[in-house]
Amino acid sequence: MSAVVHSLPDEAQRTSDFHRISLFVKNEPGVLARVAMVFSRRGYNIESLVVSTAAREGYSRMTITSSGDPETLEQMIKQLAKLVDVVHAIDHTGDAAYETEIALIKLRCSSDERHEILQIVEHFGAKVVDFARDSLMIRIYGSSEKLDAIRDLLGKFEIAEIVRSGKILMARGRATT
Amino acid sequence: MDSKVATGAERLIECLEAEGVEYIFGLSGGAAIPIFDALVDSSIKLILTRHEQGAAHMADGYARATGRPGVVLVTSGPGATNTVTGLLTAHMDSVPMVVITGQCVTDMLGKDGFQEADVTSITYAVVKHSYLVRRSGDIPRITREAFHLAGTGRPGPVLVDIPKNISQGPCLAPLTSEMDLPGYSIPSHGSPDNLDEAAALLSSAQRPVLLVGHGVVISEASKAVTQLAERLGAPMVSTLLGKGGADETHPLHLGMLGMHGTAYANKATDAADLIMSIGSRWDDRITGKLDEFCLGAKKIHVDIDPAEFNKMVVPEVCIEGDARLVLEALLPLVDPLDTSEWLARVEAWRKKYPLKYRKQGGLRAQHVLDRLDALTQGRAIISTDVGQHQMWAAQFCKVTESKNWLSSGGAGTMGFGLPAAIGAAFARPDQDVWAVVGDGGFQMTQAELATAAIHNLRVKCLIINNNYLGMVRQWQELFFENRLSGVDLEGNPDFVKLAQAYGIKAFRIKRPGDVDRILSQADAYDEGPCVVVAEVVKEDNVFPFIPAGATLSDMIIEKPTEKLAKPTGST
Ligand SMILES: Cc1ncc(C[n+]2csc(CCOP(=O)(O)OP(=O)(O)O)c2C)c(N)n1
Ligand SMILES: [Mg+2]
Repeated sequence: MSAVVHSLPDEAQRTSDFHRISLFVKNEPGVLARVAMVFSRRGYNIESLVVSTAAREGYSRMTITSSGDPETLEQMIKQLAKLVDVVHAIDHTGDAAYETEIALIKLRCSSDERHEILQIVEHFGAKVVDFARDSLMIRIYGSSEKLDAIRDLLGKFEIAEIVRSGKILMARGRATT
Repeated sequence: MDSKVATGAERLIECLEAEGVEYIFGLSGGAAIPIFDALVDSSIKLILTRHEQGAAHMADGYARATGRPGVVLVTSGPGATNTVTGLLTAHMDSVPMVVITGQCVTDMLGKDGFQEADVTSITYAVVKHSYLVRRSGDIPRITREAFHLAGTGRPGPVLVDIPKNISQGPCLAPLTSEMDLPGYSIPSHGSPDNLDEAAALLSSAQRPVLLVGHGVVISEASKAVTQLAERLGAPMVSTLLGKGGADETHPLHLGMLGMHGTAYANKATDAADLIMSIGSRWDDRITGKLDEFCLGAKKIHVDIDPAEFNKMVVPEVCIEGDARLVLEALLPLVDPLDTSEWLARVEAWRKKYPLKYRKQGGLRAQHVLDRLDALTQGRAIISTDVGQHQMWAAQFCKVTESKNWLSSGGAGTMGFGLPAAIGAAFARPDQDVWAVVGDGGFQMTQAELATAAIHNLRVKCLIINNNYLGMVRQWQELFFENRLSGVDLEGNPDFVKLAQAYGIKAFRIKRPGDVDRILSQADAYDEGPCVVVAEVVKEDNVFPFIPAGATLSDMIIEKPTEKLAKPTGST
């Protein structure tokens, strides 16, 4: 009943195990915990969760990618929408929403290896943001698939650390996120 | 501090007065002292309980008996955690409640201050919403929101945690404040399309059944539901919490369905070609094995909470709205049906499989409850505890009016019966309240006899004493080769003497021949609360019985001779 808006999963969404959910929430203490509980109670694993301030003051956006039993998805979206602090909950699985993600990758490398690394970086339109004697930090953004691809290619070098932001997304055109 | 500036606690109490609060049930302690202090000058009556769980169930009973939120006030730490069972009970049964907990000062939060408990976190899963008040200026808004959330839509408990520096410090905010709940809306009467679809399904039904749930009680839809049943010629069956939603003595009413429902209610539901659930959530005690639940019937589901749709059964039509408003909008769309053949079949079941019990060979709980029903004839409010006595009370006590039946359904909380009856007795002092409790559950909150005695309430506590945790013993007998484990209540006190120790009048029923005489004496007793102890046979079982996870057609009507398989359902 707290659902001002919720969009229910269609056929494609119900059959996929992987879900992209956006929430528009009041920025109150505890809202994250309440949201997380809806997922954990139904055996859903949160793959990534991005929380940021919304355009409207006092509100936040949450973008969640999660995997779990598609049968429970409708229930989960409704339970999320029911939380008093959640203004709306939308499942974007299967939508043509625009999505992106950023990764920072730190490589240990010798000067001999640099050349090949820089070629890969250039090819992917990534950028070196820290250049040290025996390491490089690379920033890349784009689809999660693109990030996975560069990670695979760089796998032959010594990857010291990877930090990924998690997916953010926005519905295209007039659709609501 | 300027003496004219109200403290947070004083502002809180003014807000509660503005919400029309009559009673607060609670127990004091350090972090809540400023609030208790502010109550001294208030018109609100503070009812001191003996345990915070008692306070929570009293507020719950008050709420179920009136439809208005019950209010609890306790201290931080253990005081607050003692209300958790009460929150669960109210949450599972959609009961409006506002629980105010003291908290240690904000500077100490997260530092293991004395009697600090992170109650908002502990209770996330058992509240409709909760607040930790961080600014005294928020008190008026939060109080308004708390009552609004608790009492509207699908009701439920709301927790408000107030640090001591906030309640003790000045509050400059005015008494009235706007709510800010952009994520909360209340459905009303359903969409016209869904109403039309439902009307079409109803008009083509040949064997309709109306399933009356708690939503009917909450939304006061009794009249509309009865009109619909009469218009359609549809029998009504009720969930445990829907009892009283429609008059159970109405000729079309078949009583409770489900695990321990009447055989005729279950047979009718099983044979129906259309089941319309009004404010029930198709609880597993009703559906049993979900995949096989009433496959031959089309289903309509009316609920104020859309999260209930498709959760258990997947109905043909879902109508999101308040039960009364939906039914009132639906009635003009529905034409009378001729169901005389269907009703004849149902009546044949009613005759063939009546509720029955033995009147010889010792005193039976069913006998006592059957006679209690005959004596009170729906006049009294009945609250129950949890166990065999609860199911027998549900079978034999016919509830004629909404809000006259108080029982913990979703949570099945032992210890609920007596304090809930006390809360109801405060709410409706002109009516008798019978608490039907088991010897096990009674002992969980028996200390509240003091509360009943001090306030001289019209509570009559009927203890069905079988010296067992009877319901569990029944399962062990039927499904675990009678290997009894942890069910013998050896060491029970003499309940008559126990009551007397509180200065409470007590009666004892020993033989079937005593039942009518003693019950009448207790009923007529008007000098305060009383206790009636029925010393019933130790071993008796509740039938009919659909084992958990089985189907309606697996109903066991009488004690079986062969061994039963262990139930597959959860409990
Ligand atoms: C707080 C709590 N603990 C345990 C249970 C499990 N339980 C359900 S019924 C029951 C037996 C109740 O015994 P009693 O109160 O004597 O009632 P009877 O079944 O004998 O009528 C038990 C232990 C429960 N429902 N609630
Ligand atoms: Mg017992």
